[in-house]
Amino acid sequence: MDDASLRLDGNAAAGLLGELFAVDLTTARCCCAGCGAAEPLGAEAVYVSAPGTVMRCVHCDHALAVVVHGGGRYWLGVSGMAWLEIPEPASA
Amino acid sequence: MERTALLGRLTWRLAGVAEVVPETARTATLVLDVAGWPGHRAGQHVDVRLTAEDGYQAQRSYSIASAPGESQLRLTVERLDDGEVSPYLVGELRAGDAIELRGPVGGYFVWEPGAGEPLLLVAGGSGIVPLAAMLRRRIETGDATAVRLLYSSRTPADVIYAAELERAASLEGIEVIHTYTRSQPQGWTGYARRIDDAMLAEVAWPAAHGPLAYLCGPTSLVETAASGLVAAGYDPAAVRTERFGPTGG
Amino acid sequence: MSYVSRGFRGRRKDGAGGRVPPGQYLTDDFPVLSAGPTPHTPLDEWSFSITGEVDEPRTWSWDEFRALPTETVTRDIHCVTKWSKLDTVWEGVPVSALLEGLDTAAEFVVAFCDGGYTTNLPLEDVADGNAWVVHTYAGEPLEPEHGGPVRLLVPHLYFWKSAKWLRGLALRQEDEPGFWENYGYHNHGDPWKEQRYWGD
Repeated sequence: MDDASLRLDGNAAAGLLGELFAVDLTTARCCCAGCGAAEPLGAEAVYVSAPGTVMRCVHCDHALAVVVHGGGRYWLGVSGMAWLEIPEPASA
Repeated sequence: MERTALLGRLTWRLAGVAEVVPETARTATLVLDVAGWPGHRAGQHVDVRLTAEDGYQAQRSYSIASAPGESQLRLTVERLDDGEVSPYLVGELRAGDAIELRGPVGGYFVWEPGAGEPLLLVAGGSGIVPLAAMLRRRIETGDATAVRLLYSSRTPADVIYAAELERAASLEGIEVIHTYTRSQPQGWTGYARRIDDAMLAEVAWPAAHGPLAYLCGPTSLVETAASGLVAAGYDPAAVRTERFGPTGG
Repeated sequence: MSYVSRGFRGRRKDGAGGRVPPGQYLTDDFPVLSAGPTPHTPLDEWSFSITGEVDEPRTWSWDEFRALPTETVTRDIHCVTKWSKLDTVWEGVPVSALLEGLDTAAEFVVAFCDGGYTTNLPLEDVADGNAWVVHTYAGEPLEPEHGGPVRLLVPHLYFWKSAKWLRGLALRQEDEPGFWENYGYHNHGDPWKEQRYWGD
């Protein structure tokens, strides 16, 4: 398997993030705590084939977020994000 | 500014298989009835989950092929030889079965009339699926956005939605450009190679027009096309990518 | 339970009797799992080190490391994502040989890697002939996607402890949870006790 194919776009994490958040975060802008670059989460890199899902900054590879799901629990690490800017949901 | 969607509780639903329609030798479209489907936007995907009798589960993501206005949900799946889920969906699944799915998700890789124009769609192989949904949306709304679709396939027999794309290309403001990387139709004078910078220079809207681009397919194609467009002056924020990786197997 | 998909079995193999730990499925594949981009350190810039709670850190260049005596071992491996692969063949340097003659009060080890990955282990889990630093898999140089040039091999624990792109072992007096151990994965990771997550 071509190992470049393990790196997907942030959009691929939409379902997993949707298990934890009531809003779709793929259009939220995220500021990387490593390099300060801000991008929509959908444009960041995501690695889904690991024991957990890791989102990384497309500019510096810093781990923005880590999600592990197992044993009846989720673990969410977001120390790699300095902030998230989340648009208000459009009214239903 | 883009809005985001309120998901409420994203739960697994059961979708009834109404029909499995072969598209090419390796792909088929699953036509699904989903009770309570909340509607979707062109470009979004669903997660599909299969469960064996002993509880073993496998999950993959598939782009939605159907336009938002259609009454049934359609997913087009490519059967990967070493896949775990796709050989079941394309090969075993039949009308009357049901599958669990969750969605729609993925508001980042979405196009709707008014999102931007002109529109450039670049597809490789089964990457055509979400882009075809966008094209169908453009057509079903009567929108007039100028669209160019550059679609890379191995051979003419591998082109998914071939007849439909031919009809779309006859409509005002829609152009479909094929490139065949392994073998070409008799008498073909068009592109016969992988997408590269030179091809993009000829096909893509000039950057000065402020185009919006969506790229979907294997990682190498998506990366080549994305960097080619940015090098040609496209605003990186206006180039949206959806790499197809192991989640499609 | 979720809806059972008629006729779905998945890619699992049958058999193997008592060689498969609880909750695991057998596979012939060698799945590639990654938490980040594959590093590609040029071999002339590469080194392997023993650092931390030691009188004198040790370092080997690639040529020096490849010149060390190796063992070829056949082991079953078990990934916490539930696949197990039997009879995998590796060649590498026993960790006990790398630590030979070292004076240390350390009881723990942190494996550190290109790309920033870390994992932690009790020193006794790697020092007593049950861990290797391997450069060859199935008779071929270890591919980058599987952790080459070298990875740690600790087959008696879940395979996330067999750190890819290994650059060294840091000896520590205190235990220091690594990358996955910080995000829910069990500190020890014994597949036969099904120690997958915190509290298992």
